[in-house]
Amino acid sequence: MPQINLLQAVNSALDTAMAHDPRVICLGQDIGQFGGVFRATSKLQEKYGKQRCFNTPITEQGIVGFSIGLAAQGSIAVAEIQFADYIFPAFDQIVNEAAKFRYRSGDQFNCGGLTIRTPYGGGIAGGLYHSQSPEAYFCHTPGLKVVIPSTAYQAKGLLLSAIRDPDPVIFFEPKAIYRAEVGEVPDDDYEIPLGVAEVVTEGADITLVGWGAQMHQLHRAAKMALQDGISCEVIDLRTLLPWDLETVAASVNKTGRLIISHEAPRTGGFAGEISAAVQEQCFLSLESPIMRVAGMDTPFPLVFEKEYLPDYLKVYEAIKQSVNF
Amino acid sequence: MTAKSKQTDVLRFTETTDLTIPTLRILDADGKLRKNAHEPVIDKATALKIYENMAYIRVLDERMLAAQRQGRLSFYLTCTGEEASVVGSIAGFKSHDMVMSQYREQAALRYRGFSSEQFMNQLLSNDLDFGKGRQMPIHYGSHELNYMTISSPLATQIPQAAGYAYGQKLAGKDACTICYFGDGAASEGDFHAGLNMAAVSNCPVVFVVRNNGYAISTPTSEQFAGDGIAPRGIGYGISSIRVDGNDILAVYAASVEARRLALQTNAPVIIETMSYRLGAHSTSDDPSSYRNADEEEIWRQKDPILRMKKWLLDKGWWSDQQDHQLKTQYKKEILDALKSQEKRPSPPLSDLITDVYKTPPLHLRQQYTELLNHIAKYPDHYLPNPNNSGHQSALTQVN
Ligand SMILES: Cc1ncc(C[n+]2csc(CCOP(=O)(O)OP(=O)(O)O)c2C)c(N)n1
Repeated sequence: MPQINLLQAVNSALDTAMAHDPRVICLGQDIGQFGGVFRATSKLQEKYGKQRCFNTPITEQGIVGFSIGLAAQGSIAVAEIQFADYIFPAFDQIVNEAAKFRYRSGDQFNCGGLTIRTPYGGGIAGGLYHSQSPEAYFCHTPGLKVVIPSTAYQAKGLLLSAIRDPDPVIFFEPKAIYRAEVGEVPDDDYEIPLGVAEVVTEGADITLVGWGAQMHQLHRAAKMALQDGISCEVIDLRTLLPWDLETVAASVNKTGRLIISHEAPRTGGFAGEISAAVQEQCFLSLESPIMRVAGMDTPFPLVFEKEYLPDYLKVYEAIKQSVNF
Repeated sequence: MTAKSKQTDVLRFTETTDLTIPTLRILDADGKLRKNAHEPVIDKATALKIYENMAYIRVLDERMLAAQRQGRLSFYLTCTGEEASVVGSIAGFKSHDMVMSQYREQAALRYRGFSSEQFMNQLLSNDLDFGKGRQMPIHYGSHELNYMTISSPLATQIPQAAGYAYGQKLAGKDACTICYFGDGAASEGDFHAGLNMAAVSNCPVVFVVRNNGYAISTPTSEQFAGDGIAPRGIGYGISSIRVDGNDILAVYAASVEARRLALQTNAPVIIETMSYRLGAHSTSDDPSSYRNADEEEIWRQKDPILRMKKWLLDKGWWSDQQDHQLKTQYKKEILDALKSQEKRPSPPLSDLITDVYKTPPLHLRQQYTELLNHIAKYPDHYLPNPNNSGHQSALTQVN
C-alpha cells in the first residue's frame, strides 16, 4: 500500500469520488487549475474538467448557498472554504439553510449531497485568523454532521463517507498535520462509517478523548504517562456530530477517569458536551472529576501560540492530576 | 429613485455593453501629459512626498521579502506594482480622515508617517508592536495616524467604513473615511451590504478598489463577469470612476475630487484603480503555476514609480542623483531598523489575556494563573527565546 500524507489522502478521496460518480462537483476559491492554496484539489480540474472542478468568486455565503442548491437539485457538492476562520460569512447558509432543509420541507427536499471541507486549527503561526477551531458552533446545530480526521487513512475513508452521506457534512481538515501525517492509504475506494469513534490505544487507568491534530498531543502524553506506569486508553472521536457516546462511556466505565482535549477555547467547547453526557452515563464509575484540556478563552494568539495551545505537557499534567485525585 | 424611469414601447433588455466605464489617464507610459488631459493642481512638495513614499515602499517590500526568505520574518506581502494606486489615493485625503484598508496598502500607512521602526515592530511581533504581537505580519494599525487595524477576513471593513463615515458626518467633522479593498474582496456579501448602506445612509466614504488582476490565483475573468467593479457602484446609486492605477496623476486627481464630492454631497464615491499585482500574493504563494512570465513582464514595463519619476524629471523637480541617494538612504534606514527592532523582546506573556475584554474577567485570570504554574514546571519548553523577557517577568510573578 502506498504511503501518502493526509493532504494527498484528501486529494485521493476527492479523485475517487469524482471518478465513481459524475454527479460529484468540487468548488471553492483557487481550487481550479491551481489546486487550492494547500493543493488538496490538485489535478482535479485537469482530470474532470472545468465544469466539475472550478474556482468561485470570493464569497463563502455564495459558495455554500450555491452548493446547497446544487445538492437540492441532485448533484453532490463538495465545497472548499479556504480556511475554517473564513467559514463565518456562510454561517447563515449552513445553520439556517443546510441544516434545516430536509426538516422544514417534511423531507420533500434535502441537501444531503453537500459536504463542506475546510482546513482548521493552529500550530502554523497563523494568528487570529488562520488558526481557529470552530467545530463547536456547528455541533450546536441539529441537522449537520461534523467530521474531523486525524490520519491519512481516516481522511480518505471518512471523506468518502461524508461525500456519500445523505446529510450535509462539515469536514474539518487538520492543516497543521496535512503533510506531517503520513500513513498507508489504499488506492481504491473505501469508507469509514460516520458516528463511530476509534479506540486507538487500549488502556486501563484513564480515558483520553480527542480529534484531529490534537490526537498527536494525546498520544505523546499517553507515552509519557506510561513511563510513570499509567495506562491510557486513547479514543479518537472522528465524528463529533453525532458522536459515539457508547464507545466513550464503555471506556470510562472501565477506566473510571476521563480527559477530553481540544484546541478550541474551553468555554462552550465540545469537551463540555462530552463531559456532561459522560457524567450522566457513568456517574457511579467515575473516580475523579472529568477534566478538559483546551485552548484558553481568548482569541487565537500569535507570539504565545505555544503557551496557548493545550499541548502534550498540559495533557500529561492533567493525567497525573486525575490519577492522583 | 426608480420613479425617474422613462416609459418605453420597445421591448429591449439593457445590455452590459450599454454601460462601460472609461479609464481616466493623465500621464502616458513615458510620463508625459496626454494631449487633452488636465494636469491636476499639485505642488512640488506634495509631488515629491508622493514619489518618496512610493520609492520607500518599493525598498521596504524588497528588503522584507528578502528578510522573510532569510527566516527573519514569518510572512510578508508586497504592494509592488500598485504603489501609485495606494499613494495617489491617500495623498488626496487629510490626515484626520480615517483609513480602513485591506492588507496591501502599507504605502498609505507610510504616507501618514508610520516609521521604519514601527513597521518592524509589527512585522517582528516585538514588545513595541501596537497590536501586541497578536496578529500575523502586515496587520498594521495606528490609532494616532487614523489607520484602523487590519483584519484578515476579507471585505469586513467595507460596511464598517460606511458606519464610521456616518458617525463622522453626525459629529460634524470635516472628515471622511477612505476604504481600500481588492477585486476579489468585492465578491463578498459585505461589499454589497456596505455599498448599499453607504449610499442609502448618505455616508461620506470613498471606496478605493484595487483591481489588480488577481485574487491569489484567481484571475478577474473568473471573479466577475461584468465590467469590473466601478459599474456596481452605479447600481447602488454611487458616483463611480475608474482610473489607470499606474498613473499617479490620474489616481491623485480622482481622489482629491472624490473626497470633495463625498464631503460636499454627503455621499459615498467609488474609485476603481486598474493595475497589476506584480509580486506573488504573499510569501506563501508562487504565481508561476497560474500565470506566465510574459504577462508579468508587460506590467513590469508599466512600472508606476518609473512613470512618475519621468514626469518629475521632465518638470525639473527631481534628478537621477537624488533618486539614487534616496534609495540608498531608505535601504540603510530599513535595514538599520530591522537590525535594531529584531533585538527587542516579545510582548509580556500577560498580554495573552488582556484586551479580550476591557478588563480580564475572573475565568481568564484563573486560566492565566494555571498557565504560569504550568510553565514554571517546564520553563525550558516554553522559554526557547532568551530575548523573551516577557516570559521571564511572568515567571518571577509565580516563583
Ligand atoms: C472571508 C475571507 N475569505 C477568504 C480569505 C483568504 N484570502 C486572503 S487574500 C485573498 C484574495 C483577495 O484578493 P483581492 O481582494 O483581489 O486582493 P489582492 O490580494 O489581489 O490585493 C483570499 C481569498 C480571507 N482572507 N477572507
